[in-house]
Amino acid sequence: MPFEWFVALRYLREGRIQTVLILLGVSTGVGVIIFLSALITGLQSRLIESTLGSQAHVVVRPPEEMPRLLHEGRVEGTDPAAVARNLAPGDEALAVRLEKPAQRLRSINQWPQVMRDIEQVRGVTDVSPLVAGSAFVTRGEASRSVALRGIDPERFRRIIDMPEHMAAGTFRVQGTEAVIGTGLATDLGVRVGDRIRVLTAGDRADIFTISGIFDLENKGVNDSWVLVSLKSAQNLLDLAGGISAIEARVDRIFTAETIARAVARRTGLVAESWMAINGQLLVGLRSQSSSSTMIQAFVVVAVALGIASVLVVWVVQKNREIGILRAFGTTRGQVLRVFLIQGLLLGAAGWVVGVGIGTVLSYIFAGLATNPDGTPTFPVNLSWQLFAGTLVMALGVGLLSATAPARRAAGLDPAEAIHHG
Amino acid sequence: MAERMPAGTGSGQPVVLLEGVTRDYGRDVVTRVLKGVDLRLAAGEFTALVGPSGSGKSTLLNLVGLLDRATSGRVCLEGVDTAGLDDTALTRLRGRSIGFVFQFHHLLPAFTALENVMLPGIARDGRPSDALRRKAEEMLDRMGMSDRLRYKPGQLSGGQQQRVAIARALCLGPRLILADEPTGNLDTAAGAQVFELLRRINREERAAFLVVTHDQHIADRCDRVVELVDGSIVSEHAPPPA
Ligand SMILES: Nc1ncnc2c1ncn2[C@@H]1O[C@H](COP(=O)(O)OP(=O)(O)OP(=O)(O)O)[C@@H](O)[C@H]1O
Ligand SMILES: [Mg+2]
Repeated sequence: MPFEWFVALRYLREGRIQTVLILLGVSTGVGVIIFLSALITGLQSRLIESTLGSQAHVVVRPPEEMPRLLHEGRVEGTDPAAVARNLAPGDEALAVRLEKPAQRLRSINQWPQVMRDIEQVRGVTDVSPLVAGSAFVTRGEASRSVALRGIDPERFRRIIDMPEHMAAGTFRVQGTEAVIGTGLATDLGVRVGDRIRVLTAGDRADIFTISGIFDLENKGVNDSWVLVSLKSAQNLLDLAGGISAIEARVDRIFTAETIARAVARRTGLVAESWMAINGQLLVGLRSQSSSSTMIQAFVVVAVALGIASVLVVWVVQKNREIGILRAFGTTRGQVLRVFLIQGLLLGAAGWVVGVGIGTVLSYIFAGLATNPDGTPTFPVNLSWQLFAGTLVMALGVGLLSATAPARRAAGLDPAEAIHHG
Repeated sequence: MAERMPAGTGSGQPVVLLEGVTRDYGRDVVTRVLKGVDLRLAAGEFTALVGPSGSGKSTLLNLVGLLDRATSGRVCLEGVDTAGLDDTALTRLRGRSIGFVFQFHHLLPAFTALENVMLPGIARDGRPSDALRRKAEEMLDRMGMSDRLRYKPGQLSGGQQQRVAIARALCLGPRLILADEPTGNLDTAAGAQVFELLRRINREERAAFLVVTHDQHIADRCDRVVELVDGSIVSEHAPPPA
């Protein structure tokens, strides 16, 4: 064993209480960081997962028509806000009315070509056409307002994994088949094989047979979606041959916003990412992440100060011994390395114990509360990246906090140290 | 080795040569502790350094031992002027050529007797070796400590500790042994035993010895007695024949 390791290990072994104390400090720190990170990434990925479980990463629509300003009978296409600002209190009352264009669905021009264009955008893995509009579903006496969605099932299942989420029946929308959510099925009291009548604003109606009932773990979606074939939806919503949106999936979810912008530039259409649609959620996630980062930073600082202070005391206690080692031909560099190695070893050993603490803590916490289906209420996400990251951190902190004591030890004047300790 | 290059009158090159060495302490109030010391130690010579407390004996030993640097004057070890050496070179030279024995044994309490003796060699070579272990065991054997190899210093008596310390100082075969009151902390019997060991090693190894002592009895049995008073050498003489 090299000299420096030999001496460093022996000092650690002989320094029992001090060694144990530092190790406790480091491993507690590592454990807390692992536990906190696992919990927060677990919670966050659970949240994101459940959000994206029933949502496309990017949704592309035709540009909205400008609201038109009806002003004393004249129709103006200018910015309504600018016009509104010109109104002063006490002015002659003006009949100002903003009117959105009638709720007519508009199609994406030449959508097969647009879909291919979107597929070309870097990061986009899948695209799927959508015809969406509102409708009513009736079954006997019961009637519900629903979101009618015409889809291409082969493409759509790559946007949202429907086959994985079927509560009953199969995911199939051929001809006059429809797939509805568990909530709607309960509301209407229907089962697979039953028929429902779908009615749209233009008094168009059609009868569908329920081929499957899904559960996307999202109440709004389970209560309102009625999935039918593209063609059926086009008929019902008066959009022959057209589609109202294109949904896309991307390879890395947090690049969705950038990709949405690229899609918008390329197609001239409106493209919204899940991040923009769920702005609030993202703000929440970000502040959660940054507060956890801050806590972790403080833990790191505390651990570093702990190691450094114990090692400094150690150096002072060992002044004379260091002087003797120097007298017998140990170089400054060797002394320096002895203490740096101690820092590294403390970091490494603390990491090993800390991984244990963090993992056990995480599993205990995950086991504390479970959902009815047996999955933990507080999911924890222990990844190898987390372990690797904390290892690098522990070694770095160990090395860094040992630097000052090590330099102090190396800089000792041997004559002074031997005679005055 | 080249330490015995013939020079002029047949006396070999001195192991240690000090010329006009001074040492000042303090920044605002400067105290000159050594006031121009000239000293020559030949191989195989056993020299006692005596003098009143505070006269600068330990300071001089530190300079000869390359643990400290002179304020002015020359310190040469085996013909090498040490003024030009950087700290690492000085440390290496020290480890290779000099062995120290201190008043308080100064063994490292975390290591066994054997490990203490091996440590200078491990530091020099970077790692332990079987040859080193055999050498250390042999030295401890010569000190009559072969049955205490795995004892920690805390489990040894003062005289035993000092014998381990001597084994450590000798293990790498230094040309110069420096001892600062090696028997000062021991009772008469143990002190006499330790001194006899040093003397025997001196005869067997032909290393130069410089031993600080307050013990007239010991000084009388050295080859030469150098007396330091207030930072200057006032007399150098052979002890009176016993
Ligand atoms: N690091 C230092 N700083 C300032 N003064 C010092 C230092 N080391 C030694 N001295 C002074 O130098 C003088 C000589 O000290 P030294 O230790 O060499 O004496 P000594 O002859 O070994 O005495 P003793 O027999 O008591 O061991 C003393 O006056 C001491 O106060
Ligand atoms: Mg002294």
